[in-house]
Amino acid sequence: MTARADIPVSEGSDLPRLLGVGVISIALLFAAFILYAFGQPLFGAIMLALATGFAIVFGARRFYGARFIFPGIAAVLIFIAFPVAYTIYIGFTNYSSFNLLTYERTVEVLTSRASVDPTTEQPFAVAPDGDNFRIWLPETGLLSDPVALDGIAEAQLNPASEPSTLLERRDAIRLREGLGLLTLVTPDGTIIQNAGLRTFASVTPDYQQISPDTLVSADGTVLTANHDIGFFETPEGERVPPGWRVAIGWDNFERVFQSEGIRGPMVSIFVWTFVFAILSVVLTFAVGLTLAVILQWPHLRFKALYRILLILPYAVPAFISILVFRGLFNQNFGEINLILEALFGIRPDWFTDGTLARSMVLIVNTWLGYPYMMLLAMGFLQAVPEDHKKAAALEGASALRVFFTITLPQIIPPFLPLLIASFAFNFNNMVLIFLLTRGLPDIPGTVIPAGETDILASFTYRLAFDNAGQEFGLAGAITLLIFVVVAAISYANFVAMRRAAQRRSGRA
Amino acid sequence: MIVERPKDLLIKKILAHGFMLIFLALILFPFFMVLSISFREGNFSVGSIIPENPTLEHWYLAFGLDYTRADGTVVEPPYPVLLWMWNSIKIGLIAGFGVLVIATISAYAFSRIRIKGKSAMLDGLFLIQMFPTTLALVAIYAIFDALGEVSPFLGLDSHVALILIYMAGVTLHIWTIKGYFDSIDTALDKAAAIDGATPWQTFRFIFLPLAVPIMSVVFVLAFIGFINDYPIASVLIRSESQMTLAVGSRLYLNEFRYLWGDFAAAAILSGLPITVVFLIAQRYLVSGLSDGAVKG
Repeated sequence: MTARADIPVSEGSDLPRLLGVGVISIALLFAAFILYAFGQPLFGAIMLALATGFAIVFGARRFYGARFIFPGIAAVLIFIAFPVAYTIYIGFTNYSSFNLLTYERTVEVLTSRASVDPTTEQPFAVAPDGDNFRIWLPETGLLSDPVALDGIAEAQLNPASEPSTLLERRDAIRLREGLGLLTLVTPDGTIIQNAGLRTFASVTPDYQQISPDTLVSADGTVLTANHDIGFFETPEGERVPPGWRVAIGWDNFERVFQSEGIRGPMVSIFVWTFVFAILSVVLTFAVGLTLAVILQWPHLRFKALYRILLILPYAVPAFISILVFRGLFNQNFGEINLILEALFGIRPDWFTDGTLARSMVLIVNTWLGYPYMMLLAMGFLQAVPEDHKKAAALEGASALRVFFTITLPQIIPPFLPLLIASFAFNFNNMVLIFLLTRGLPDIPGTVIPAGETDILASFTYRLAFDNAGQEFGLAGAITLLIFVVVAAISYANFVAMRRAAQRRSGRA
Repeated sequence: MIVERPKDLLIKKILAHGFMLIFLALILFPFFMVLSISFREGNFSVGSIIPENPTLEHWYLAFGLDYTRADGTVVEPPYPVLLWMWNSIKIGLIAGFGVLVIATISAYAFSRIRIKGKSAMLDGLFLIQMFPTTLALVAIYAIFDALGEVSPFLGLDSHVALILIYMAGVTLHIWTIKGYFDSIDTALDKAAAIDGATPWQTFRFIFLPLAVPIMSVVFVLAFIGFINDYPIASVLIRSESQMTLAVGSRLYLNEFRYLWGDFAAAAILSGLPITVVFLIAQRYLVSGLSDGAVKG
């Protein structure tokens, strides 16, 4: 049953509301304009859409109901759906530390590069002149006309005697922005510029832009912009860094599937991600369920105490306990190895041996995850009718048999969506991998950082943020592959949840 | 259960308690170790569970105080733990409050107001919620890197950016609260409508007061989730003074500067409040957790 949404709002309350909506819409439009003006047309467009949506939903009376969900939907669209789409888009670009900038910025960077002629280099000092400054070149005895040093400026140099007051070096350094934009003209017409913190010299730019897509270097080489690869190229096809971001189609995906150095570790990581997620679910579920069954036993005393102590691993923030385990498992002075050595004389290489590192990840994850399963299982176990179990026991079934034939089949269906959700969570359980092993030890013979304990999500993170390459494009492409898997999982969960809901309503 | 022979029962009891005690000893071992390490001298030393020469050095450092050793050397705190804690709590509270407002209002609408395409939107939200934000990290980084050029206030290293991203994680909470609203008798809103209340008034004066328990559950859950987040915060926050606890704590166990003892004290100091909050709230939290995932 739903309430009717189109109940008339009391008369006369429209004006102040429309006024408020108008003010906020204009503020949002202004923000959109600012974003556009700063060279972010995409974000500007999103802001514009937000402003329009806001004005329509809160302005028109017929969208009264939509007003309630507008903030939530907008937040989800802008901060979840849009980044997901944007990540996929990045997967089709060459965005990386080699192709970091926009085209305009690349041209700016290249044309602002300049070579200093060392023979003309000479130290300078700044002399204050009222609100303005004069530049004093002691080696040639030249003093400039006064300049304000607050923007692009040109000043004539004339022979003069040394000014009586000169600024301290650190005060002069504070003016470096203005100094950088200053051009001085010597009496013989040479143009000199600020060439560092201490000197002026004649400076020639390395590249000059002669047409939108062509630069000419000081030695006459013509560079042409290649918008397919995002680099300026010499006639011989040599690339001149830095590059800019361009869309490169399916290239990243081709790299993933064809480059031996990427495909090998990718397959291994892919398999491990599934193994890790499945084993995590199975282990936490098994341990949690066992404990729940024991705690459910009517003859057991101190239940409340046991329960509180058993959920402690869940109550402590995960990032802290994971780091604690990182310390305890330390190979050289970690407490776990000290105890193992005292008892059995072994010191396992928890962090350098691939298999041991993977076991450690699973041990820690089971420790972290079993209380959640235990708590859920305790709830579901209570729903299993006691007389079913009694009947089976009277028939002579053993406790184990009763559990596996009566109890388990009854709690698995309601548990299923939660198990799938847990699988999805572990599939992307980056916090654990990141804080515990960082994905190490590395898989030998790879061209990209890939570790034995890396799961797909942490692998992507390392590609994008952890190494010198900053392969955002490649990371985006791999993320799209993860999305496909996650989408399949979420659909499975969706179906499982629907079924659970139907069963419940069917029973009710 | 079935009547059992007293002798069997006794053996079973002993076995059950024995199992529990051994299991607990294994499970709680890390906690005892950390407590012991936080009182030990130095950052590498090896020792028994009860330290031979207990020292408060690590605890002084965790609280941001200089510590003077017996030989006169002064040790300075390696990292601003209390500042990180404050950052985490501040971000968690603001984002948690934002999530609560958005989720409660949306959940009410999804539960009670007739909107075109509502069920499609609900399904969409459910599917989106399965995509963790951590997968869009590359884009999130690129977006806030670009926004930072417009205003540093919105860029990398800004708490505002982090709060905005966190607030978008409302989908699961919308489902949780909607499940609660769905269980409220529709006679209540009919009565309100007959008295002439608008849907907003019905929400404000009838549903909001009723929702306080589930809202506190959602708030605590969201808060704990934000405090525990590592991936997003680590991508967006780079400078030490802006870090949250989760990002900062990692610095302690660096290969080149391994501060095991200092970490232990800092970990207890920062973990204890959250643990206590959780233990107090856990009974309500668990039902919230399972309801949110199962209710259709």
